[in-house]
Amino acid sequence: MSSALLTYLLRLGDDNMIVAQRLGELVSWMPELEEDIAVANLSLDHLGQARAFYTYAGEVEGAGRDEDALAMGRSEREFNNAVLVEQPNGDFGQTTARQFLVDAYQVPLYRTLAAGADERLAGIAAKAEKEARYHLRYSSGWVVRLGDGTDESHRRMQAGIDTMWVFAADLFASDAAEEELLAADVAADPDVLRTEWAATVADVLGRATLDVPTDPYERTGGRIGLHTEHLGHVLTEMQWLHRSHAGAAW
Amino acid sequence: MSYDAPRIEGEVDPEIEGTRGGMPLWEVFVRAARGLNHVHAGSVHAADAESAILAARDVYTRRSEGVSIWVVPSTAIHASDPNEQDAFFEGDHPYRHPTFYEIPEEVGQM
Repeated sequence: MSSALLTYLLRLGDDNMIVAQRLGELVSWMPELEEDIAVANLSLDHLGQARAFYTYAGEVEGAGRDEDALAMGRSEREFNNAVLVEQPNGDFGQTTARQFLVDAYQVPLYRTLAAGADERLAGIAAKAEKEARYHLRYSSGWVVRLGDGTDESHRRMQAGIDTMWVFAADLFASDAAEEELLAADVAADPDVLRTEWAATVADVLGRATLDVPTDPYERTGGRIGLHTEHLGHVLTEMQWLHRSHAGAAW
Repeated sequence: MSYDAPRIEGEVDPEIEGTRGGMPLWEVFVRAARGLNHVHAGSVHAADAESAILAARDVYTRRSEGVSIWVVPSTAIHASDPNEQDAFFEGDHPYRHPTFYEIPEEVGQM
């Protein structure tokens, strides 16, 4: 049970840590001050969620690893995030597509976990759920605005959705560890999450006059450490300071 | 809040009327607590009212400054002319203040 819980907490933490790092890359690069602050807020929300999951994971593991050790001391194959969150920012359509697909997953995820049997996890999820609902409002607003905007914004938004689509199924990849927690009413059922996620996606893409991709290919494997070529580069930039100057502090 | 972004070949950035080559400007009013008035906090650039509210939330309520936000298109604000300030505001009308009048003692406390 504790081994499965540790795995699950690392998956939750890694999803948020890596998407926070990706959004953080955009800070100071957005074309408007307003959007710059918006991506910084998104990034910091995800970072805060990652810290809470990592801290709990470190306690469950009981090996003395804190949030920093888990975020900065593990290598690529030890990261269990879904491959979706490590995908490059690309243009704003691509970034928005990735964020929307993540948000549409995290809202039902956190709502389910908040009602779960593990009190500590439920508490973290209850706080995160409020943030996720705001994120979904922000990202789905942009999907509709760009999709139902000009020819150029429609083309880019559709391209962003198409690019991210094959990686989204990894959010719902499950294994024995998750099934064990699901039986104990601690984890969320990925099949149920996927149903709600698909309904949200169909609704928003419909309002955005965008097509739901029909590509049946699904790139999974992130949950067991099999990543795309991008994660190593993300970790290199994210971890170099900690690895070069262990224990450095502000 | 706009600058000349690098363009890819063939990319166009149509000028939107009433903007500085970017997104329209919105005035932001934030209410700090129930019972208080919405007070002007600043302005944001945003494509539409919904995103103006989200931008205002991110920019002006980062530290729990508010419980309610209004946004108004800046073009809807009509202002007095600063060059007419003297004609508008500088009249000498002391008798419009209640303290101008002396209350006869017979009146007593008002």
